Amino acid sequence: MIRLLARNLFGPPLTEQPPAADDAAGREIAAALQRASRRHLGHSLAIRHVDAGSCNGCELEIHALGNPYYDLERYGLRFVASPRHADLLLVTGPVTHNMAEALHRTYTAMPGPKWVVAAGTCALDGGCFAGSYAVLGGVSALLPVDLHVAGCPPAPLDLLRGLLAVMERPRKATIA
Amino acid sequence: MSPLGKLLSDTRPAAPHAPWRRALAGDATWQAAIGELCTGHLALLGLWGERQAVHMALLDEAHSEIAVLTHECPSGTYPSVALHHAPAIRLERAIRDLFGLEPDGAPDRRPWLDHGTWPLSRPLGAHPRAEIGRQDYAFLAAEGEGLHQIPVGPVHAGIIEPGHFRFNVNGETVVRLEARLGYVHKGIEGLMAGADLARAALLAGRVSGDSTVAYSIAYARAVEAALSAAVPERAHWLRALCAELERIANHLGDIGAICNDASFALMQAHCSALREDVLRAAGACFGHRLMQGCVVPGGMATDIAPEGLALLRRLRAEVAARLPDLTELYDTTTSLQDRTVGTGILSPALARAFAAGGFVGRASGRAFDARRAVAYAPYDRLSFEVPVLDAGDVDARVLLRFREVEQSLSLIAQLLDGMPEGPSRAGLPAGEGPAEGMALVEGFRGDVLAWLRIGADGRIARCHLRDPSWFQWPLLEAAIEGNIVADFPLCNKSFNCSYSGHDL
Ligand code: SF4
Repeated sequence: MIRLLARNLFGPPLTEQPPAADDAAGREIAAALQRASRRHLGHSLAIRHVDAGSCNGCELEIHALGNPYYDLERYGLRFVASPRHADLLLVTGPVTHNMAEALHRTYTAMPGPKWVVAAGTCALDGGCFAGSYAVLGGVSALLPVDLHVAGCPPAPLDLLRGLLAVMERPRKATIA
Repeated sequence: MSPLGKLLSDTRPAAPHAPWRRALAGDATWQAAIGELCTGHLALLGLWGERQAVHMALLDEAHSEIAVLTHECPSGTYPSVALHHAPAIRLERAIRDLFGLEPDGAPDRRPWLDHGTWPLSRPLGAHPRAEIGRQDYAFLAAEGEGLHQIPVGPVHAGIIEPGHFRFNVNGETVVRLEARLGYVHKGIEGLMAGADLARAALLAGRVSGDSTVAYSIAYARAVEAALSAAVPERAHWLRALCAELERIANHLGDIGAICNDASFALMQAHCSALREDVLRAAGACFGHRLMQGCVVPGGMATDIAPEGLALLRRLRAEVAARLPDLTELYDTTTSLQDRTVGTGILSPALARAFAAGGFVGRASGRAFDARRAVAYAPYDRLSFEVPVLDAGDVDARVLLRFREVEQSLSLIAQLLDGMPEGPSRAGLPAGEGPAEGMALVEGFRGDVLAWLRIGADGRIARCHLRDPSWFQWPLLEAAIEGNIVADFPLCNKSFNCSYSGHDL
């Protein structure tokens, strides 16, 4: 362990700079995300994720956001365990009939103001599972969706961009 | 004669079925097969329905033989397998929910996938009915002084798939755990019926996203078997390359996540970075980070990128160079070992009885690996070991993953060195009339079974995909018994069963 720690200490960080010199887009995202979340919420952004029927591909890429390359938490974005602590609901998958109630209850448990981001092709309109007896449809069939992030699954950077975009939108007046 | 040969000797072969036989079984043969499952001479590979028949896939491990028995059910019933062989319980419940076929004498008659929310019940059966609505679900009871229940899920506290766990605990100790699954049931088998081969391939690759390569290969091999299609050698090798990359990426992700559940974040940081390297390389070589849609019936959707082989050589060297440090880190961190050693023990007897595949089986002494047992191309030409441990605890499941990553790295080296030239895709012959095909492919989690029938119109008439998790989920319940609740995330992660793959 000493060797590993020493190497980490003296080696270059893996985390890609935004502040990375060559990644203007990434840097821009980071800064804007921070600005936007502070403006709207006055604090960092707490995200609650719900898999409403996904194939688990989307989850893998959301997980990747936490790895040292993307290091989501440095933007003030973090995943929380309870919907009561969450500002944003990140939903993946088509909404299956068997998950509809749990998804709705999670949303209801969140305090306002709150956002809903639907991630992945399935979450848009059911994707390749649309039309099944077991599938209700995309997330908007059940919840008001603020933004959809495309991709099957969306790549980590696309997810970051999506989170940024939703934070920069003019806020709805309603506090649900 | 082998047990399977004996069973099949007095049966009629059913439709053309490749590469293994499918035979029609009367009650006597069906019961004899159940008897062999109970003695352990045969293992249950799968049990699935269609409108008026139930199919049972059997494996004779000692002789590496596979066959399918079919019990026709004109009156909608068949003799329950689960009555004598517990691993069939949930499969029978699923068949009942989807097709309305009744297992005679079934020990557990509760619904499984059907939560009372669909517009129809028995949606794929001969007689769908209007859904009767949500019913109370009777969890299995546990009685005793001081017992209480902890319900968890379907929405969990992390970024994971949904499922419900009902714990009966005495203080900190788990007395009984029962899982309730089916929340992510998408009706994939219903969508498959009538789909053309390309759309069905798309669906097969989305049964369990983490195993998209394994599923795509299983589906493609089943189609190719049904149509007697020849696949270029290079396609087999590229498929194996994808499969081994998928295995390494998932194992690294799992090792990190298991350690993280024991609050050892350092390992998670290293493993997740290494996993990201693998995914980026996969993306650069095959155009998709998870390699979704890369494997199609007939070969590969696209060949590897021109610089791909060199890139993978560098990746392989990088992972191989960093792995020993991680293994050592795991081995020498006593606070971590304190959590994993002796935790969540799965007995070899249970692993065998349930024919548990993947690291779950192999960490509990069951040396089954479809790459070895079925020896499908190109694994028949590659040299690799199938590591087996028998401690059956979380530690064994972690160590096994390390060993398997090493083996995959060696396989990748062989694949890169021996990669045949030539085309990576061939056209599929038009089938003549209905044809059935089957495949068993080793995914990172265990053996994925694909079975399908292609109709006279060239479309999928019926396709069944069986995730290894079907035989692993029930074992998690056994492994956690007597452990403390706080160790459940650790045990659960060390099994890492698929919800989506199971729920379909
Ligand atoms: S969008 Fe793609 S990766 Fe995400 S859940 Fe749907 S099929 Fe899976």
